[in-house]
Amino acid sequence: MEPLKPVSAGARVVLGIGFFVLFIGLWAAVTYGGVVQPLFLASPGAALAAGISLFTEYNFLGDIGMTVWRVLGGFVLAAVIAVPLGLMMGAYKGVEAFFEPFISFARYLPASAFIPLLILWAGVGEAQKLSVIFLGSVFQIVIMVAVIAGATRVDLVEAAYTLGARSRGILRRVIIPSAAPQVMEALRLVLGWAWTYVIVAELIGAQSGIGHMIMDSQRLLDTGQMIFGIVVIGIIGLVTDFLFKALNRRLFRWAAL
Amino acid sequence: MVLTIRGLTRTFPGQGRTAPTLALQPTDLDVAPGEFVSILGPSGCGKSTLLRIVAGLDRPSGGTVTLGGRQVTGPGPDRGMVFQSYTLFPWLTVRQNIEFGLRERKLPEAQIREISEKFIARTGLRGFENHWPRQLSGGMQQRTALARALANDPEILLLDEPFGALDHQTRELMQELLLEVWGADSPEARKTVLFVTHDIDEAIFLANRVLVMSARPGRVKAEVPVPLPYPRDWTVKTSPVFAELKARLMAEIREEVRKAAIG
Repeated sequence: MEPLKPVSAGARVVLGIGFFVLFIGLWAAVTYGGVVQPLFLASPGAALAAGISLFTEYNFLGDIGMTVWRVLGGFVLAAVIAVPLGLMMGAYKGVEAFFEPFISFARYLPASAFIPLLILWAGVGEAQKLSVIFLGSVFQIVIMVAVIAGATRVDLVEAAYTLGARSRGILRRVIIPSAAPQVMEALRLVLGWAWTYVIVAELIGAQSGIGHMIMDSQRLLDTGQMIFGIVVIGIIGLVTDFLFKALNRRLFRWAAL
Repeated sequence: MVLTIRGLTRTFPGQGRTAPTLALQPTDLDVAPGEFVSILGPSGCGKSTLLRIVAGLDRPSGGTVTLGGRQVTGPGPDRGMVFQSYTLFPWLTVRQNIEFGLRERKLPEAQIREISEKFIARTGLRGFENHWPRQLSGGMQQRTALARALANDPEILLLDEPFGALDHQTRELMQELLLEVWGADSPEARKTVLFVTHDIDEAIFLANRVLVMSARPGRVKAEVPVPLPYPRDWTVKTSPVFAELKARLMAEIREEVRKAAIG
């Protein structure tokens, strides 16, 4: 192995799958081998069986649907507010000076710590779930977008000025298109975090969702179901990540050159 | 005069306890319509500062710049600029880059197309219209930048070492291309050009007048007319007149470079 030397595409796939195989192999070894009690850790087979019964008997698809909807709902709401605000902050230093100190403070407030308050304010319904995701995402997106927009190349802005662009034109035709690919990258990242918030939100005071299912399984000591639920979250995360990347590649072909 | 500069100075404020830097001593300059003026000077002599003030991208500490009778207070489409760094918008194709200023002016679509076609043809970009900047070589990018500046039909063209980042051969080709594009208009209709460079050959080859700037703080220390008729091609670079001018400018510049190096 040499530092920074790329490996072939085939080797990448084999190596990438290799670790999954190793991981599951190790899991199988400690569970089937009796090293760990089934009470604490279900075997891969048991987890899979538990998963199948979740789908066939417990309407797990409904839970998944609920969770996905909550994540997307809260996340889209946050993005709709945060992206324009972040762009304005990045572009106009006065706007930045107004919002930045507060948002820098607010983004360190842990969204999960708000859950008791939010239950008080919004009950245990959907509004509470969405607000957890919203609170967890909105400040992160604002700050990231502001930094991205603020880092717009000055020479491009100057070139646009010499071509007759004014304040609005600079924002609309230089700052926004130049920031767009990185903004989408930031959204992809924050969406990943939103997935962690939703489960926390569903662990407390929820009647549906993947987090709720995991909580229920704990009461029954069904580690198979718990593990399956966690794996499903991972898979959905992976799929949305992949879709996001594919969308970015399609939308911003110039950026990949 | 299309461009009049009177008593222009620029002082950069000091950072913390460092003293402010005088970049430009009071400078006067008159440029007639259709003139091609090279501003030659060592690095850091304030020649780019001078150009940026004319462009409106930098504010003078004193003095005035008047273009076509109006005082310059900020950037505008009447002063087209090509920068040393590659400043094409990477998300726009070559054609869309060239059309940037025209769209800002909200011209009818047919007219925008007609103008961009004209400059694509003139700058030899045919076949590359739909490429993205990152797919182009440095030379092709600067052609596009030139076309983009010209498409706006500015009163004056400001070129800030536009070929400075190119390799020697490409640079020579680009100099000829620039003269060709500039000379394509009839002598009365030619653009007024201010061309900043530290390359003596380039300054002489392109301009009908070379201004030599002193080391920082910059001022125009010499003015050398170039009595070579247009159209010019690369062969003038080997002519006796060229050699004589070059010798003279080298003597002027060497002194300044030495001063700049000593500090």
